[in-house]
Amino acid sequence: MLKMIGQRLMTTIPSIIGVIIVTFLLTRVLPGDTAAYFAGPAASPQAIAEIRGKLGLDQPLPVQFVSYVTALLKGDLGQSLTTGQPVTRDIAARLPASAELTLVGLLLAMAVALPLGVLAAVKQGSWVDHLCRIVATAGVSLPVFFTGLLLVYVFYFLLGWSPAPLGRLDVFASEPPGVTGFLLIDMLLARDLEGFRAAFSQLILPAVTLAIFSLAPITRMTRASMLAVLGADFVRTARASGLTNSKVIGTYAFRNAMLPVVTTLGMVFSFLLGANVLVEKVFAWPGIGSYAVEALIASDYAPIQGFVLTMAVMYVALNLMIDVLYGVIDPRVRLEG
Amino acid sequence: MTITRRTAIAAGLSLPFAARGGAAQAQAPSRSETLLLVQEYGPNSLDMQGIGSSQPVNGVALNCYDRLLRFKPVPIPGGGGNTIAMGELEGELAESWQLAPDGMSCTFKLRDATFHSGRKVTAKDVKWSLDRAVSIGGFATTQMNAGSLEKPEQFVVVDDKTLRIDFIRKDKMTLPNLAVTIPFVFDSELAIKNGGDDPWAKDYLKNNIAGSGAYKVESWKPGVETIYVRNDAWTCGKLPSLRRIIARDIASPSTRRALIERGDADISYGLPPKDFKDLADAGKVNVVGVPIPNGVWGCYLNTQVGPFKDVRLRQAVAWVMPYEKMLQASLFGRGVDMSGGPETPKVAWPQAFPYKTDAAKAKALVDAAGGGFSTTLLFDAGNATVAEPMSVLIKEALATIGINVEISKVPGANFRGEIQKKTNPMVLNRFAGWLDYPDYYLFWTMHGNNSIFNIAAYQNPALDKLVDEARFTADKAVYDKSVVEFIKLVNVEVPMVPIAQPTHDVAMQKSIGGYQFQPCREPDFRYLTKG
Repeated sequence: MLKMIGQRLMTTIPSIIGVIIVTFLLTRVLPGDTAAYFAGPAASPQAIAEIRGKLGLDQPLPVQFVSYVTALLKGDLGQSLTTGQPVTRDIAARLPASAELTLVGLLLAMAVALPLGVLAAVKQGSWVDHLCRIVATAGVSLPVFFTGLLLVYVFYFLLGWSPAPLGRLDVFASEPPGVTGFLLIDMLLARDLEGFRAAFSQLILPAVTLAIFSLAPITRMTRASMLAVLGADFVRTARASGLTNSKVIGTYAFRNAMLPVVTTLGMVFSFLLGANVLVEKVFAWPGIGSYAVEALIASDYAPIQGFVLTMAVMYVALNLMIDVLYGVIDPRVRLEG
Repeated sequence: MTITRRTAIAAGLSLPFAARGGAAQAQAPSRSETLLLVQEYGPNSLDMQGIGSSQPVNGVALNCYDRLLRFKPVPIPGGGGNTIAMGELEGELAESWQLAPDGMSCTFKLRDATFHSGRKVTAKDVKWSLDRAVSIGGFATTQMNAGSLEKPEQFVVVDDKTLRIDFIRKDKMTLPNLAVTIPFVFDSELAIKNGGDDPWAKDYLKNNIAGSGAYKVESWKPGVETIYVRNDAWTCGKLPSLRRIIARDIASPSTRRALIERGDADISYGLPPKDFKDLADAGKVNVVGVPIPNGVWGCYLNTQVGPFKDVRLRQAVAWVMPYEKMLQASLFGRGVDMSGGPETPKVAWPQAFPYKTDAAKAKALVDAAGGGFSTTLLFDAGNATVAEPMSVLIKEALATIGINVEISKVPGANFRGEIQKKTNPMVLNRFAGWLDYPDYYLFWTMHGNNSIFNIAAYQNPALDKLVDEARFTADKAVYDKSVVEFIKLVNVEVPMVPIAQPTHDVAMQKSIGGYQFQPCREPDFRYLTKG
């Protein structure tokens, strides 16, 4: 197993190098003058030149690249101009917020989508199957920011059930000491149940928004995969052996149907990290997505490069995890490496 | 009962709902002493003199630091709070000030004030801070120069409590320029001690407040929120009534609007004009709109390259603009119309130009200049809520006189680059100067010094002469005459067609009082009251 992980890691190095080069070039090739933007309201040509010099933008591209990579090796992603802080610190502060939101969204989606998909497959053509189709279509055809705004409008603005969409915590709640960066966990560690409740209620709407968006692929994949497995010989054998229906579906069929579903989950997860960008805007979520968008609008190079790099590394790690998970679900995968 | 893995997980999951812990809420300050402000984005630094500081940093400078002088509040006509009178100043750190008989220097007596660190404010601190402002470069130095404050030698420490500023020339903007958010006073000892090798302590002051102002920064999470707490030892004015301010950055305007409508936010800044109009009409919250002093939405026509080199075409554009429609469709009435003014200008800026919508006149001018053509109109995507409908209306109107306009919308970062090139034939932009003088506005937008905001690349020695004369004369009659003359000139030459003077709108709950407008357009917490 360790050998497999090692080998897989080796293959990721070229892709990371590729990502570094491409993002560096892209941010430079794109139009937009960082220095002019940050010189402020009454920018004189000298002020612009001064900023350009300070940012090293007056150097030739190869020189800029070398200094970028040198800094990168030291773990320095540069300074963000939009927040005025080191990018590494910004990302470290914001990544847990995005990850927590995405994970909760994904868990919610799974909690609904897996049973729905299985039921739809078992009772093919029944009302459950139709419901499954409607839910999937509706979820995937609504843009996330629209779902988000709609939920805010209904549950916060009209009904007043949900707290104000002001980010991760109510303004009057105090933050727990940061241990994991995941507020829910940190609140529990600090034994602050009131705080946990506050953080949890802030999280519900954005997480539901993400969950609605990701229902479709998971439900459809579960259904298709279950259908394929239910038609397989070993299921027929199991039924013929007189095993109960629940045992056949729960133990034999579901377990075997999970492999493609896990692949889909991996894809949906990285997909959600992207969809986050808009949800974070609507809910004022201090995550990495809204950070990247603001940097992009301001032609702020360092955070964009940092964001893309972080995402690339996460994507690689995620794929690695899925490969390992394959081995756990189906031991045959392990032999191939 | 045996504890299995399943019961353990179930217990863990139900734990948060089992008991109520109340310790966290106990020490939090009450809602009536705390103000919740929602805004689009927050400060990217705590040092307004530093290079690259964003607009909201002005708010930090305003509330956490003191200047020698401040603008005197005057009631907003129509109510809702106070605005400022540019010509009337009151002391902030200065207890009193005295102009020399020859008018070439001013001596300031300092109040007995204390920095947040507990040290007394001295004239040495003031000198260090003003030296820094004129030497640090970038926007701070440019702004200081606008009031003829250019060299450290101008600032002289007389004794611990007395500072003299020597003037290079007589400039009516020198004193008002001491009241804007740039020349604020640092605790110089604290700054130098923490500055390391940097004599101006740029890195330290970017992340720390070292001032004597009415508020201190309790916590600052860039891009998330800034929390201010009152400095109870503040002596440079009436102690503010709000103990704590939470300024949250919320990017989505719909969310900011929902928060203010539901009553969860106390003040909301920077909504699109349509939202302000709706909120004002609904009447549940107060909307205070102050016409931005020295601010105009204008269509700049390039006088150096492209078709608009021909003055007749520039006039044609001014005659065909659908002014009223633009004011309603893009600003939703939140502004002042700039058309149909008198032939002889008043001594004021901005003011309505004599042009109004008259397609026949415009058509005649285009025909005289050789007929129709195609061109492009550029605007900043960051201003799209206003500029987009505006540009569509311009396109429509110009089509009727044979000018085919292609609209080009570019993101903020590219926009600065584009206007710097000075090659775009038509640009839609909003510019507002802090110091409310006609000559100041024209110095930035039409003077031969060709600043980045002279988007029309306008060059005219006659105008430069009039603007310079107005800037530095001490004689009111000469000033008035020059202003009238240069506005007359601009009326004919139209390097920019003024469309509307926008209002600066703020929405707040009915329980909020003491609103104070400042030229930097950031909230002034020192006067606000709640409940």
